[in-house]
Amino acid sequence: MNILLIILFALLQAPAAPPSVVEISAKRFEFTPKEVHLRAGEPVTIRLVGTDRAHGLLVKDLGIDLDADVGHPDSVTITPKPGTYAAICDHYCGSGHGNMKMTVIVE
Amino acid sequence: MKRRDFLKFSGAALGGAALLRFSTTAEAGSFLRGRNGEAPSPFSIVQLSDTHVGFKGPPDPLGTKAFERAVELINGLDRDPDLILFTGDLTHDSDDPAEHARRMKSFRDIAGRLRVKKRFHVPGEHDAALDGGVLFRENFGETHYSFDHRGVHFIALDNVSLGKPIVGAAQTDWLKNDLARYPKTAPIVVFTHRPLFDLRPDWEWFTADGSAVMNVLAPYDNVTVLYGHIHRPDHHTAGKIQHHAARSLIFAFPDPATTAGERKPIPFDATQPFRNLGIRQVRSAPLSIEDMELTRADESGLTARLSLREIAGSNGIQQFVKGEVL
Repeated sequence: MNILLIILFALLQAPAAPPSVVEISAKRFEFTPKEVHLRAGEPVTIRLVGTDRAHGLLVKDLGIDLDADVGHPDSVTITPKPGTYAAICDHYCGSGHGNMKMTVIVE
Repeated sequence: MKRRDFLKFSGAALGGAALLRFSTTAEAGSFLRGRNGEAPSPFSIVQLSDTHVGFKGPPDPLGTKAFERAVELINGLDRDPDLILFTGDLTHDSDDPAEHARRMKSFRDIAGRLRVKKRFHVPGEHDAALDGGVLFRENFGETHYSFDHRGVHFIALDNVSLGKPIVGAAQTDWLKNDLARYPKTAPIVVFTHRPLFDLRPDWEWFTADGSAVMNVLAPYDNVTVLYGHIHRPDHHTAGKIQHHAARSLIFAFPDPATTAGERKPIPFDATQPFRNLGIRQVRSAPLSIEDMELTRADESGLTARLSLREIAGSNGIQQFVKGEVL
């Protein structure tokens, strides 16, 4: 019995698994991938990597507001709520900037 | 309020936002007169926005024609406005800095045809976001500044040149210091490019730190914000602050309230090439706004037909009451 309690205690004390990481690559004027799927209520780290110049990744409703430049990725950990969200680049990157967007689907 | 304490302010917004009148107090009038010797008195302005000189594409294959026509219209007004405010995206950017410089020169050439010489500019992201405002400053000076004119304090705010849609802490501090000298009743006009509130964030119609700017402006009783960027008229009140968007002179965007999904320009209509582009003039006596939409009757020339509509309402900007074609 005592051994079982010790094992249970040890399990409860074990550090939680780190959030999974979703990496998004940005270059003029596209994100890769163009769509990501996340699990609702499950912490996840969103990591933005700029491959040619500074770019942003903004999803206000999910608390994502990243700004990455070449060699300087940016990341944020969120616990998303269900929904389909439009993500945009909000760091102006040229005349095709307005079309630089992707979709985040949380299920 | 005594009559002499009441300042009527009239403005005209090319293609969009306009304000009709401000009230002020003897205290504010006296303060502003003391700053530059100008007594508060009626005057008019014109706002032009989003001329995008250098843009070529399906939403507007006519390039600068609407801008040029607007210049003709302003020069033909019965009475010259005192000031002309340009609220950004004067040019369309280019990856080639020399080409962008040529576009800036072309903008200046066309704007230089305006009879009104007191012209003020703020940058849009297409003017200043790629180079941090270097080219803009070479052509127009600082990207943020302030001045007084006949009893009104004008503030130019830059919410584009840091790359992101932000004003930034340094400029916000500058704004606090600038305003600290003025009584709370002073009439204030802020002109900038992007909306300072969240109009449609997924279309990038917002300023990320706009709420910080609004907090600085909030104690003041009489603040009007004129902006562009959204290529359509829009009127919004937040607290005591009124926000008015101007139409563009290149192409229009649809109503975000009734448009789901992506932002796409309203397609070019060859039968009405200047549709949704135009000018708006506001006069103080008699109190009226004339909203003039440029349209073109034929393909061969650029003879514009002006649709004149009078607008009335408590603030003079809320509703159209009649329309006629000149």
